[in-house]
Amino acid sequence: MDLQGAVKDIIAWDGTLSSSDFSLSAHTFSEKWKRFNPSFPPWQWIPCLKHHLVASHKVEGYLSLENMCHIKSSEEEESDRSLTWKEESNISQREEPFDNAALVCPEHEVNQYDFHIVYSATYRVPVLYFRSYHGDGQLLPFDEIEKDLPGHSAKLRSESKWTFISHEEHPYLNRPWYKLHPCGTSDWMKLLFNGDSSLNKKDFVIEQYLVSWFSAIGLVVGLKMPLEMLDTVVSNNS
Amino acid sequence: MSEAQKQVWKGAIPLQIHLHESEVTTLPPPPPALVLAPRIGYLPLLISLLKPQFSTTLPPGVDTIWFEYKGLPLKWYIPTGVLFDLLCVEPERPWNLTVHFRGYPSIVLLPCEGEDSVKWSFINSLKEAAYVINGNSKNVMNMSQTDQVELWGSVLNGNFETYRRVASKLKLGTFEDEYMENVSSVLVKSSQSTGDTDVTGQLKTGRIPVRLYLWTVNEEFDDFEDAPQIDNWDKVSYINRPVEIYKEDGKYFSLNDAVKRILPEFFLENSFVTDGDANINQSGEEGESSSDPGSCCNTLEIAEIKLVRIQGIEPILDIPFSWVVNNLMNPEYFLHMCVCLKVSKANAVQ
Repeated sequence: MDLQGAVKDIIAWDGTLSSSDFSLSAHTFSEKWKRFNPSFPPWQWIPCLKHHLVASHKVEGYLSLENMCHIKSSEEEESDRSLTWKEESNISQREEPFDNAALVCPEHEVNQYDFHIVYSATYRVPVLYFRSYHGDGQLLPFDEIEKDLPGHSAKLRSESKWTFISHEEHPYLNRPWYKLHPCGTSDWMKLLFNGDSSLNKKDFVIEQYLVSWFSAIGLVVGLKMPLEMLDTVVSNNS
Repeated sequence: MSEAQKQVWKGAIPLQIHLHESEVTTLPPPPPALVLAPRIGYLPLLISLLKPQFSTTLPPGVDTIWFEYKGLPLKWYIPTGVLFDLLCVEPERPWNLTVHFRGYPSIVLLPCEGEDSVKWSFINSLKEAAYVINGNSKNVMNMSQTDQVELWGSVLNGNFETYRRVASKLKLGTFEDEYMENVSSVLVKSSQSTGDTDVTGQLKTGRIPVRLYLWTVNEEFDDFEDAPQIDNWDKVSYINRPVEIYKEDGKYFSLNDAVKRILPEFFLENSFVTDGDANINQSGEEGESSSDPGSCCNTLEIAEIKLVRIQGIEPILDIPFSWVVNNLMNPEYFLHMCVCLKVSKANAVQ
């Protein structure tokens, strides 16, 4: 056992998370999002207790952000296709049809998105799943979702032989969802953390993993993250 | 070459496929199609056999083939043999399925646009398996177009020889099957205490790609003839979780050990940690678990393994996991296991 412990210390971190560390990191991420994005829906932790009678030390689960709206602006320029996300509160949801008539041309529809962050036991990293639907609940086909993606994502997708977004079954919900392929995640997460030598503590890395992960992954689907979610880290440590 | 692997590749399920009544426009309705479907194949690939038989009776519209069993839409990306093992607890021969060419249930079923969708589902699974085994998917992603076509063709045609030759280029070595050379170590179980096991030689870590399909029964359950029908996919837990193994001299890792390691939420034992990665126990955590005030003993099993079915057989749980992996794996390098657990209410209340 001592030998095993020694070997483990020597091995450099490979950019991955264990399942329990994912839960820890998810908690930190959810708290920071709530603090710095008060106008957006919160990321909620959804536990997966399929067997209610089972006593478990550790409850698996995933993070969920639902009912994000994408409103296409008629003034949106072709070259600058960043997503404009708007919160859908209960009040605005009820008034949405009327607001649309006033603010947006009838041809421009509001697309709603759900995002889930799920742990992958295969790759030992978080994975972003999402789906999109019209206001009436009808699911969007991918070619319509593609129009909502930021310009750089659409370009990358057309260039790559291996698609980085695929249609797969949600691991917990038994429904088709879209998934961002995670197979390169551990490599660039390792780079991301190694770049800052002052932030080398293991516990810190684990806790902040999801915040850093989302700062990159969120951009693929146009979800920007306030810089304060990262800045607070630096000020606390220095 | 393993005789068992040949048998797996030859494995087939007799199907009796009926066209759904809503799609019958002729009288009398067409007779069902009798098909011998490869275990390691996928249902949508049967369209070349079914379309000629049913096309003259179909109503106008675009063909999108899908299957159901007693009202349950079948997931096309799960190999046919696995679907059969999972849904027919008492094997039904022939297996009666219903085929549709209209009304694809896209709310619950992933779209399938013919052979290409099946091929890419297979390739992506292979890529994932490569990551589990090697820590990266480079050999799959760098496969030449020729090799890719040839590999997929070998699965389509059930050509084991071609498959072995092309697959060897991926360098996806798994278990060293040393136990074939040491039969005595299989027969004689070591009674060493788990905490004090000496680790001789270098630790060899292996990760095995496993996809486990789990359903549970309660304590009233006695016989599989009374098994409740799986009529809803929510009754099956799909667990895509690698098994991580440290090979220790003098011990072998059994199928029983593997199942329990994949399902730590059901099998809390002294020698296992409950971490989701199913890693081997650390001495520190072992101390923690034994000091748990709620536990009066070291073993707290709240579930009992009632059934483990792989490639249509129910291996003895003491069998070395290395043999199971090396001989019963699917072509995309995943071991698919159907597992039934009996979960006791009384134990959970403790």
